Amino acid sequence: MDGKVIDFAPFGELHIPQIPKIFGLDITPTKHVFFMWLAAILLIIIMTKVAKGYKHSLIPKKFSGFFEIMIVFVRDEIAKPTIGIGYEKFLPYLLTAFFFILFGNFLGLIPYSATFTSNIGVTATLAAFTFIMTQFGGMRQNGVWGYCKGLVPHGIPLWLLPLMIPVEFLGLLTKPFALAIRLFANMVAGHTVILALIGLIFFMKTIFVAPVSIGFALFIYLLEILVALIQAYIFTMLSSLFIGMAVHQDH
Amino acid sequence: MDLAHLAAGIGAGLTVIGGGLGIGKLASSAMEASGRQPEAAGAIRTSMIIAAALIEGMSFFGLVICILLALKA
Repeated sequence: MDGKVIDFAPFGELHIPQIPKIFGLDITPTKHVFFMWLAAILLIIIMTKVAKGYKHSLIPKKFSGFFEIMIVFVRDEIAKPTIGIGYEKFLPYLLTAFFFILFGNFLGLIPYSATFTSNIGVTATLAAFTFIMTQFGGMRQNGVWGYCKGLVPHGIPLWLLPLMIPVEFLGLLTKPFALAIRLFANMVAGHTVILALIGLIFFMKTIFVAPVSIGFALFIYLLEILVALIQAYIFTMLSSLFIGMAVHQDH
Repeated sequence: MDLAHLAAGIGAGLTVIGGGLGIGKLASSAMEASGRQPEAAGAIRTSMIIAAALIEGMSFFGLVICILLALKA
């Protein structure tokens, strides 16, 4: 669903200007890149506005108050219970990831737009950031050697070590992989189901399927609003959980 | 049309059965638990969502393999 043309079906289309290849690599922005930049710009504008709202008084205005609910939710429901002591250091990353994914998911629900979170490259990069945060967070708290030693559960017999070390190492890499696949598949699935339902009309070549098709597509669309919220929550929650497990290894 | 398409279809169906059973069982237990102890509903919901996400992740691995099979053919 990615492409170099932003399509406004009956009203024409917008061609993204091409950039000459550098070292044989095509670095022209695609649809997804365009919407990712849009989300980033929106986030910068909105969050600066929200932060400015606290300059005069700590009581938020209407606009800031709406975002304060979500920010406090991430702090109190996600970061605090899962990371525990020292959660403040990871809060900026978690908030950034949460709002970036949330904006991406919701931008994709606007007609004629594209969901950049349904691109495996984007989700894999986000998961890689979580992986880096997890490793460095754990190493800073426990020391490099202490962290590596803590990966393998203590109290196991010595002859099990050659088996346990590769398994634990693989487990380390599986977590961000699952994180990337989960967000990617969830965002692709909803759009694909809508496409299939709408495609049913053209496949059967009759207009009588249309009411059923559109009805189901609308239902899936409403479900996608829910999924957009839940996936942003899940990604942040699991990131926070992994960070918490790396920082406080003893339990 | 060859066997890879059939395999992808059957695989997707089996994956959905597995994932649906898992999440259904999880949700039923969580509902029962929060019915017995309504004051712990928040904590139960949080851990239910985490577990559901993990089950979902497993079934997505299966679905991705199905997509690879279907695209390969």
